Amino acid sequence: MDRGVMIGLEIHLQVNTVKTKMFCRCSSDYRSALPNTNICPVCLGLPGSLPVPNKAVIRKAIMLAIALGSRVVDRIVFVRKHYFYPDLPKGYQISQHRGPGMAPIAVGGGLEIEGEGEPRIIRIRRLGIEEDPARITYPYGDPLKSPYSLIDYNRSGVPLIEVVTEPDIRSSREARVFLDKLLTLADHLGITNPDLEGAFRVDVNISLENQERVEVKNIGSIRDIEKAINYEIARQRGIVAGGGKIKRETRHWDPLRGATFVSRHKEYEEEYRYFPDPDLPPIAVSAEVVKEIEDGMPELPWHMAERYVREYSLSRYAARVLVSRRALAELFERTVKIYGDPDKVADLLINDFLGVVNSRGGNFQLVRATPESIAKLLSLMDKGVISIKIAKMILKRVVIGGEDPEEIVAREGLLVISSDKELEELAEKVIRENPKAVEDARRNPKAINYLVGQVMKLTRGRADPQKISEIIRRKIGLER
Amino acid sequence: MPVHDVIEIIRGDRRALEEYIYSIYDRIERLEKTLRGFITIRKREDVLEEAVRANMEEKPLAGIPIAVKDNISTMGIRTTCASAILENYVPPYDATVIARLRSAGAVIIGKTNMDEFAMGSTTETSHFGPSRNPWDPDRVPGGSSGGSAVVVSSYMAPAALGSDTGGSVRNPAAYTATFGYKPTYGVLSRYGLIAYASSLDQIGLITRDALDTALLLEHMAGEDPMDPTSVDLKVSGLYRRLRDIGAGRSHLSARLVIVREMWEGVEENVAREVMRAIDRLSSSGYTFEETSIPEIRYALPAYYIIAFAEASSNLARYGIPIYGLKINPENMGWEDYYSEVRSRGFGREVKRRIMLGSYILSAGYYEQYYIKALKVRRVLRDRLLPILRRGYIASPTMPIKPPRLGEAIEDPLRLYAMDIETVVPNLIGAPAVNIPAGFVDSLPVGLQLIGAPMSDQDLLEVSRSVEDIIGISNTTPKTG
Repeated sequence: MDRGVMIGLEIHLQVNTVKTKMFCRCSSDYRSALPNTNICPVCLGLPGSLPVPNKAVIRKAIMLAIALGSRVVDRIVFVRKHYFYPDLPKGYQISQHRGPGMAPIAVGGGLEIEGEGEPRIIRIRRLGIEEDPARITYPYGDPLKSPYSLIDYNRSGVPLIEVVTEPDIRSSREARVFLDKLLTLADHLGITNPDLEGAFRVDVNISLENQERVEVKNIGSIRDIEKAINYEIARQRGIVAGGGKIKRETRHWDPLRGATFVSRHKEYEEEYRYFPDPDLPPIAVSAEVVKEIEDGMPELPWHMAERYVREYSLSRYAARVLVSRRALAELFERTVKIYGDPDKVADLLINDFLGVVNSRGGNFQLVRATPESIAKLLSLMDKGVISIKIAKMILKRVVIGGEDPEEIVAREGLLVISSDKELEELAEKVIRENPKAVEDARRNPKAINYLVGQVMKLTRGRADPQKISEIIRRKIGLER
Repeated sequence: MPVHDVIEIIRGDRRALEEYIYSIYDRIERLEKTLRGFITIRKREDVLEEAVRANMEEKPLAGIPIAVKDNISTMGIRTTCASAILENYVPPYDATVIARLRSAGAVIIGKTNMDEFAMGSTTETSHFGPSRNPWDPDRVPGGSSGGSAVVVSSYMAPAALGSDTGGSVRNPAAYTATFGYKPTYGVLSRYGLIAYASSLDQIGLITRDALDTALLLEHMAGEDPMDPTSVDLKVSGLYRRLRDIGAGRSHLSARLVIVREMWEGVEENVAREVMRAIDRLSSSGYTFEETSIPEIRYALPAYYIIAFAEASSNLARYGIPIYGLKINPENMGWEDYYSEVRSRGFGREVKRRIMLGSYILSAGYYEQYYIKALKVRRVLRDRLLPILRRGYIASPTMPIKPPRLGEAIEDPLRLYAMDIETVVPNLIGAPAVNIPAGFVDSLPVGLQLIGAPMSDQDLLEVSRSVEDIIGISNTTPKTG
């Protein structure tokens, strides 16, 4: 943490849980559809078309505002933000702004983060709704090197919720903790599925004490945000240390080169010519509506974590990990309902299940495991039907493949070999075939592990290594 | 012949329908060279085919041809806004009013000339050249819906749609001795109307008399889910009610309000002629009162500030290469491409309004101009609504006779001053009509009546009665 550093974030959460765009009824799925197929006169900005607001998005934004403790306005005003860019078919973006005759959907509030030391509150400045511009592709990557650009208007009009913080963040670590918590919240509220490409984009404002601020625009991953912040702090420090001054400017983060660069595009800051969109009459939000939305809200992740500690006697750490994703928390609770023993469920999910998911980029969309399959896996282990080793082996197939653990075990003969006779025969075979290893083991008891390993291999992991060790010790005369 | 008479003749009679459409095309053949009412005229065969089909399917409007101002989107028919920038634009969708008229059995005969993007009061800013007044081809027909008024007054179409942002329907109606109606804001959906100034724009009608407007309105009005600013005005039975008024049948007597400031600066002989018409009304039982509303003097500047500001925003979309000029964007930077398209595509008056509007909305001036203009608008509404609940505000529609071509357009301030009478209803969202009132130097002069918002039905009934008393509606201009 560094007292001299001030960081503010502008987070654009894509409301990718709602099926249609912000101001028309086109599908908001721009990821899998062919370019320019989910379009209509409205999201193409054709002359004469008019926007019709998506009420579901407004409700979600109010939900997020309530969760962040922000003050919801009583009249929602949409404004036009003007700039010329081909990703903006109307020449303006429908957005929200603070100013005469204008107000964002909510202001104020904050989110508490566990800093280094005392928990700290990162204050929220405002929260607004806007539409995503179209997606531009440059055939040679760089706009300057490309003779033309390709525009996909499928993304034009996809709903975004913009959350702007006060410059309360002090380090890249705090930025990560804050973003993790905000994304977890958005996930629980059913606003943003963080697994989808482009689920969020962040503009980072970084300044040193008594210096101008630098904005790094449009970073799409938390890792890159951390790196960009670290890079900027070092860069700005270097300039200040050399007696220089920081220029107020807009930069972008290049993840390949691991550095920020001054943006080529001119910034028309303060010249967006904001004014209330005359096509969209202000929408009244009564206290009753806010109350009704609040009453219908799902449990907030931090309340859920407290409940896990209380009801299931989990550690704070375990509770926090389990609620980090709504899908994980649901899997946990539903598995506990079937299986009982929250400790064991939590342990499996946190240590083993998450390992599998994280090896696939932490993408919960790939998870096919059900509470039933997780519960079965745990029971199979309890009853000694399968070994821990087998459980770990088949876990990936249960989690990602969606297979039923009982079926895997039955089909592939993975049951634990409990018959002593069978194990003794295998042990004898191994002893016969490895006279040198037996000699070693007699001299050095630790070397016995090699022999145990050989037996395990023959059983394909279906035995308890402890038991095998005992048998071998007995057979080679180390024990009676 | 007015629409309500034509329909009676052509209904269920294919021969009569064909004869009627032939006669319309004969007139177009004869007059259009001089008058230039249309930008696009559809092929006679196509119109005939659609008309016959609508007639055979017993649609209520029986295949009646309608002319449409070229800023209302018509699927498959070029819609240019009289601008080079949209010279080749063919909308892929119908405006809501067009879809409704088509399904009621009306057929679009062509798209009418107008001031570029409806910015003008004379139809001289059209990229396709000016239209001419059928009463004197050396004079302008008014604007911006000049073409619609020309084709109706010269019988090239029985009725036409226009649009009215600050008088653009009533002005040309006054100059061509036709009936012009601007509804309460929201009564006719704006979906598909190419925006000039969204908070002021309304689609309107230019017809031979109020009865025709009532007939067509019944098939066009009603809330539209595609336009959040639309309102639900119930108009069923309106035509029948109007039919029973006048022509020796019952007469209404309403109260007319003379607002002194609206008669200031009106050309003397125009004022005298309109007052003569009002005198005839009062001798037929109409009462009237005189009042003063000094704030009316701020209406024109407030109107132009709001209109320019909104226009600069609405026209920001013309630049991306999905419509517009055939300029190859390859190897051009975006800014160069935008500049090129917009410099070449927009005419002088449009550029003037975009520049002024951009200035008005820029940081620092937004409050000084735009917010102040909105305040004027509120004050006017507060002052006028109580008066409109008592009676109809009566004034000359236009303060001067139709200017000669080139006379008004040279001086923008003089051009803007022509709208002094007509901008008030747009600012307060009220309905207003032009009723032919008399002639000065053989040129038509119109009476404007303004009603309270949502009182459109009453206003049209009164109009019918006023027409009957004044008795000059349906006169034929000398070029006809």
